[in-house]
This record gives sequence, structure tokens and C-alpha cells, in this order.
Amino acid sequence: MPKWFTPLALLCGAMLAASPLIIANAPYESQMGLVQKIFYYHMPSAWMFLLGAIVCGVASARFLATGAERHDRTALAAAELTVLFGLLTLVTGPLWARRAWGTFWVWDARVTSSLVGWMISCAYLILRKYGGPGSERLGAAVALFGMANVPFIYLSVNYWRTIHPPTSVVPTLKFSMGFPLMFCVTAFLLFFILLMAMRTRLEESRARLDALYLALDE
Amino acid sequence: MTTLRRVAFTLLLTSVARFALAQPPRQDEFVPISELPPTEQMPAAPLVVGAYVFVLLVFFVYMLSVAKRVGAVQRDMHALEAELKGRKKA
Amino acid sequence: MSTQGFGATVLRIVRKDLTVEVRSREVAYTTLFFAVSCLLVFAFALVREGRAPEGAGEGILWATLTFAGTLALGRTFERERQSETLRALLLAPVPRAAVYVGKLVGIVGLLLAVEVVLVPLVTLFFGAPLLKRPLWLAGILVTGTIGFAAVGTLFAAMLVRARSRDVLLPVLLYPVVVPVLIAGVRGTSALVDPVFDVAIARFWLALLFAFDAVFVTLALWTFEPVMSD
Repeated sequence: MPKWFTPLALLCGAMLAASPLIIANAPYESQMGLVQKIFYYHMPSAWMFLLGAIVCGVASARFLATGAERHDRTALAAAELTVLFGLLTLVTGPLWARRAWGTFWVWDARVTSSLVGWMISCAYLILRKYGGPGSERLGAAVALFGMANVPFIYLSVNYWRTIHPPTSVVPTLKFSMGFPLMFCVTAFLLFFILLMAMRTRLEESRARLDALYLALDE
Repeated sequence: MTTLRRVAFTLLLTSVARFALAQPPRQDEFVPISELPPTEQMPAAPLVVGAYVFVLLVFFVYMLSVAKRVGAVQRDMHALEAELKGRKKA
Repeated sequence: MSTQGFGATVLRIVRKDLTVEVRSREVAYTTLFFAVSCLLVFAFALVREGRAPEGAGEGILWATLTFAGTLALGRTFERERQSETLRALLLAPVPRAAVYVGKLVGIVGLLLAVEVVLVPLVTLFFGAPLLKRPLWLAGILVTGTIGFAAVGTLFAAMLVRARSRDVLLPVLLYPVVVPVLIAGVRGTSALVDPVFDVAIARFWLALLFAFDAVFVTLALWTFEPVMSD
């Protein structure tokens, strides 16, 4: 493990542990009250979900272009994190929606697009796990197509759903709400980096193990 | 023993059938939260707590999964190194 | 490296597939029958008191096309796999992208033939006046089919040597072609509407065109690196 890993892990752990306290001190949102506080974990999860998808797509493109194994390892790690943070987003969102909109699920543009994007990353992992040898390149193509698809998915779903419930993302937040959000985003981002490091390390070890097995057979 | 299994199976089937035949309450479209009767409104606290617990649980489970996989790879590595040493001696 | 022209290769592949298909007609008949069976399943799932729900026809048409298309893709490449002809094609001194386009044209042709049968049947069974504006419908069906087949041909070709390829194809394909499905259903819906809004139909048609352009281009780029070993 690289030198920065342990201090970063400690910092990240501290931030995640501190986050509920900081969130509890943030003021209540006027319309939704307590339940809006899910936002402080829901937004960072959504951003990490998008970040994971972008990293996976870019790494896949580089893998297809150069054939270098480390890009493939990055893509696989990023895909797992995309599924992870996507799951968090898709669960915390409906929990918030149940209170704010009265129903767990709505087929609105952002939710549906996220679901489709999440399913593409799940499909990537299924392919990598069960596709047998050679599924690295196949997966890279799927990831590339998935990333290219994002504007189409969003556009088509946006116009598919003609009735939009009022979305409540506030682009201009007061500092009292902006600070907890940025704190949580930073904590989640550090966690993302940590997990990427751990996960790519695991893939590197696996690759070394396979090479050793091959050397043994000779 | 088979009689017990038959009884259990029948009970399971009837309970499933009961749920299948029950009529769910009608809801045509979603109603803004302020207009729902108080009995339909969900208290916020369990949702918030549930959300945070879910997030932390998922993080924990994932880290556990990665740690387990790392452990498995390390074990295989040690076994392989031991075998290589054994072969060198031979 | 290519001793044969791009267009000539495409034509050769299309002609080869057509010849093989005309002799046995296996993929065409089985796909067609499957599509009609699908319609039957939808009929029993959705028809109440002898009438289908309003606006169900378009959805059923595109859902059936998706399922039948997946089957056709699987069958077509299974045939290639059994005779190892895909390998031969890739080893031949022809531009690889032409192999992709040749297979794409074949699949699109097959699916269009299936649509010719499906559209009147859907109109009949589900009371959807799909044939009200045939030119617009043709436009939407052709662009939608090309979009679906563009991604499907690439994925099916990629999966020829993979394990669990039968179930992996729909698992990979369906989330990626969601925009085609949405645009296809919505576009067809706009045509069926008693009040025809040209702007809406044009929007969905434009989206399908854009999707086709982007994804055929992407597939042409990725076919070479993905299929090379």
C-alpha cells in the first residue's frame, strides 16, 4: 500500500464519523424539515456515482486504445464503485422521496436515467464475472457505449416523462447548508480514492498471482 | 416427516394465495405530501436514520468484501511461494 | 491492408448471408414465429374485456421487436460460431469495419422483414391505428431498427466466444438501447395520436437519427480493437 494510504484512511474515517454531527447542526430546510437531511449523503453519493462512471469510461477508452492492463484494472475498480455509489443514490433518494413527494418511486428524468446508467454498470460487472476469457475488451466496449449513451438517456427520458414533480436541488445554498454538503462531498471523495486504491491493488495482486501460476506451470 | 412437509407447503400456498387475492388500496396519482391525510404521512425520523444506516452498512460490507478478497489472494500467494520453494529444494 | 473495397466487402457479406438464409430460412421463420408468439403473450397479459388498453399497441410493437431482435442476433452469430466463419471473415484481407457493416445490413434487413408482418398484426390485435401515417412510421421504424441493430451487432459479435453469451446479450444490450426504445415508442405514439403534432414526431425521429449516427460510428471504431486477439 502506498505511504499516503493510512493517513488518508484515518482522515476519511474521522470525516465520515464527524459528518452526522455536522449535518445535525445544519439548519432545517423550510419545506421538508428533517427528511431533507438525507440530501447530505444522497448528493455526494450521486456525484461519486457519476465520477465512477466517468473514470470507468475514460479508462475503458484508454484500454481499448493502448491495450495496457492497468487501464483495465482502473476500469473494473471504477465500475464496482459506480455500482456501489449508484446503489446508495438509488436507495437514499426514494427514502427521501417517500416523505417529500409522497411516493417511493417516480419515473422522472434524473431518477430513471440514473437507474439505466446503474444497470449498465451492473451489466459490466456481470460480463466481467461470467463472460469468461476475453471479457476485458468486451467490457471496455460496453463501458464506452454506456458513457456515450448518457446524454441520449437523459434527453430521451426527460421528454418521455412529461410530468415532472418539482425537483428540489438548490444550486445556491447558504453557507450553513453549503458547508455540511461540501464536507460530506470531500469525505465521500476521499473514500472513493481510498477504495479505488484498494481495489486496483487487489487487481494487481491477482494479476501477479496469475503470472506466478503460469510461471509455475512452465 | 413428509406429512409435516405437506402441511407446511399447504400453509405456505394458502398464505401466498391470500396475499395474491387481497385487493391493494387504490392510488391513482401521487398527491403532494401536505394534502395526504395524517394517517398516510410517514414520519421523517425512520427514513433519515434508515438512509444513514444503509449508507454506512453498505460501506462496511464493501470494505469487508475487499478485505476478504485481498486475504484470499494473499493466502494463494503464500501457498504458491511455499510450493516454489519446495520445488527449488527438490 | 485492404485488398477489397469497403462497399464490395459489405455487398459480398450481405449476399452470403442472404444466400444462406434463403436456402434454410431458419432464422427468418423462427424469429417471425417467435415475434407472433410474443404478441400472443402480450395479448393475454394486457387485453381486458376484449379490448387492449389505450396506447398499448406502440409499446407492444417495440417490446416484441426488442425480444425478437435479440433472438435474431443470437441465432445469426451462433451460426457464424458453429462454422467458424466469423474467424475466417476477420482473417480475410478485407477492412474489418466492412465485416461489421455487412452483418449490420443483414440484421436490419431481417428485422425490417419482421416489422412488415408485425405492424399489421399489432394494428389488428391491439386496435392501434399504426398505419395512419405510413411514411413517418417507416422513418421511425427504420432509424429505430438501425439503432438497435448497430449496438446489438457489435455486442453479439463480441460475445461470440464468451461464456453465457445467450443471457449476456440482453443483459448488456437492453440498458444501452433504452433511448431507442423510448424514442421508438414515443415517436410511434405521436403518429397514432388523433391530433398529429409534427414537432413531436420530428423530435423523436431526430433523436433516433442522432443515436444511429453516434452509435454506428462508435461501433465502427471499437469493432477492430475489440475483435482482435
